[in-house]
Amino acid sequence: MAQYEAVIGLEVHVELKTNSKIFCPSSTGFGGDPNTHVCPVCLGLPGVLPVLNKDVLEYAIKVGLALNCGIAEFSKFDRKNYYYPDLPKNYQISQYDLPIAEHGYLDIRVEDSEKRVGITRVHMEEDAGKLVHQGNISTTPYSLVDYNRTGVPLVEIVSEPDLRTPEEARAYLEKMKAIIQYTGVSDCKMEEGSLRCDANISIRPVGSEKLGVKTEIKNMNSFKALQRALHYETERQTEVLEEGGRIVQETRTWDEARGITLSMRSKEQAHDYRYFPDPDLVPMVIDREWVKRVKAALPELPDQRKARYVSDYGLSDYDAAVITSTKELADYFEACLKEYSNAKAVGNWVMGDLSRLLNAGGVEITQCRIRPGQLAEMLVLMDKGTISGKIAKAVFEDMFETGRDPGEIISEKGLVQISDEGEIGAVVDDVLAANPKVVDDFRAGKDKALGFLVGQVMKVTRGKANPEMVNKMLKDRIK
Amino acid sequence: MLTIAEVDHVALLSRLDLSAEEKKLYGDQLSKILEYAKMLDELDTGDVPPTAHVLPLKNVYREDRVGDHLPLEKAMQNAPERDGNFFKVPRIV
Repeated sequence: MAQYEAVIGLEVHVELKTNSKIFCPSSTGFGGDPNTHVCPVCLGLPGVLPVLNKDVLEYAIKVGLALNCGIAEFSKFDRKNYYYPDLPKNYQISQYDLPIAEHGYLDIRVEDSEKRVGITRVHMEEDAGKLVHQGNISTTPYSLVDYNRTGVPLVEIVSEPDLRTPEEARAYLEKMKAIIQYTGVSDCKMEEGSLRCDANISIRPVGSEKLGVKTEIKNMNSFKALQRALHYETERQTEVLEEGGRIVQETRTWDEARGITLSMRSKEQAHDYRYFPDPDLVPMVIDREWVKRVKAALPELPDQRKARYVSDYGLSDYDAAVITSTKELADYFEACLKEYSNAKAVGNWVMGDLSRLLNAGGVEITQCRIRPGQLAEMLVLMDKGTISGKIAKAVFEDMFETGRDPGEIISEKGLVQISDEGEIGAVVDDVLAANPKVVDDFRAGKDKALGFLVGQVMKVTRGKANPEMVNKMLKDRIK
Repeated sequence: MLTIAEVDHVALLSRLDLSAEEKKLYGDQLSKILEYAKMLDELDTGDVPPTAHVLPLKNVYREDRVGDHLPLEKAMQNAPERDGNFFKVPRIV
C-alpha cells in the first residue's frame, strides 16, 4: 500500500480594522442592527461610484511587508462575477492579476523543526454580506440577508502549497494571526469572523512530485476545526484512492458537529468568474517612498520579539515562542517586567499558572483580572520569603478569581509564611516523634522518606512553613 | 457561432432559465454581437500596452471617515421581499 502525504495551501481572509468600508463611508462596526450600516455604494445601487479608502491600501501594504512580500508598483481592482445574494452587485470587487503584494513567506515551527512557508500573494477585496438561514443552508425555506458586512475591507492571503500536515497548517494560521495582530491592522477574531480560513488539500504518494486533485474546504471556524478538518480530509482522500476511486475537484464544507467534510452541491460550483478590470476604480501606482515609510513604521513582529526575549532576557527559544505567540500575552509579559525584572520568573508564571487558568476559564489575557503590577508584587513577596512558592500558587488563583492584591489575600487568609525557627522546630519535633519508622527509613538511605516528613510538617502548618527551613531542620535533627 | 452548450453555460452563469427557442434566438444575437466586436481584432495592437483603465487617472482615494448611512426604510425600498430588518431571498443552493 502506498504511503500518502498531504499537500495543503491556505487562503486566509482578514478583515481590516478601518472605521469605514473599503469603497464607501459606511461604518465597519460589528454587531449593528441588520442593514443599518449601508449606503447606496455598498448596496450596489445603480450609478454610484466606489472610491478606495486610503487606509485599506496602507494596511494591505503593511500586511504585505510583514509577510516579507514585494509590494506592487502598479496594482488594480477587478470584478469577480458571481450570483449570490450576499453580494448585491452580483460581483465582488477584488484583485485578479495585479495584487498589491506577492512572493513572501512566513516561518513556522512544528515540534522541533522550522519551516518556511511561501506566501503567493496578498490582495484587497470587499467582504460580502451575511446570510441567515433557518437551520441548514440546503433545507432553509428562504434566507435573510444583512448587508452590514458588505464592503468591509479584507485582505486575502494565499499561501504556496507548502504545508504537509494539518499541524503545519495550524501552525501557519496561528503564526499568521500573530503577525497580523502585531501589525495592528485587524483584531483577527476567528469567532467574529475577522480571521477566516479556507484550505486546498490534495494527497500524493510520498516521493511523488506530481500534485493530486485537490478539494477546497470551507467553514472552519477555529484552529482546532482547521486541524480536524484536514485530518479528516486526508483520511477521506486516502480511502478513496485506496479503494481505486478518484478524487473529484470540488468545494467541501466542514461540519463541526459531525466532524466530517461534506460535498457542496455542484451547481454552486459553476464557477466562471469572468474577471475584468473594474472601470469604476482607477489603478494604483504605489509610491516607493510611501512603502518605505510604512516599512519603517512596522512594529516589532513576533519573530523579532522572540529573538529579543532570547537575547535580552535569556529565555529559551521555546518559552520565547510561547510568550510571543500573541501580542497581548507578550505585552502583558513586558508590562510585568516593567515592575519586576526577573524575566525568567515572570515567564514561568505567565506560561505556567496564568496560561493554565486562562485556558481553563476561557478567559482572554486582555480580560485577565490580575494586573501586571499585582503579579510583580506577588513575586516580590516570594523573594522576601513572605510566602512560599506553594502558597503563591494558591494566592495566584485567588488573584485570578477576584483581582485582589496579593498582600490583601495573604493577610486575610493568614498565609504568611512561617519562618520562625521555634515555631517550625516544635512541629518538626512532633512529626519526628509520630513517625519513628519513616525516620529509620531515611537513616537507612531512603531519600523519599524525607519528602513524607516534609509533607507532614506542611500539613500541620497548612503549607505555611518555610520549606527550606523545614528541610534543613528535619535533616539536622535526624542526624 | 456560439454553440448551444455555450449558451447554456452563459445562461447558467446569469441564472436564466431559457426555452429551446430562446436559446436559439439569443445564441444568434450573441453571435452577431461577438462577430461585430471581432472587428477590433483587425487592428494591430502589438505596440499598445494592455490598459487597466480608459481614463488617464490613478491613485484616487478617500480618507477613512464614516459618513451617513441610508435610513433603514430607504435601504429596504428596493427589497423584492423583506422580513423585518432583513432582505428576504429564495433558498440559494
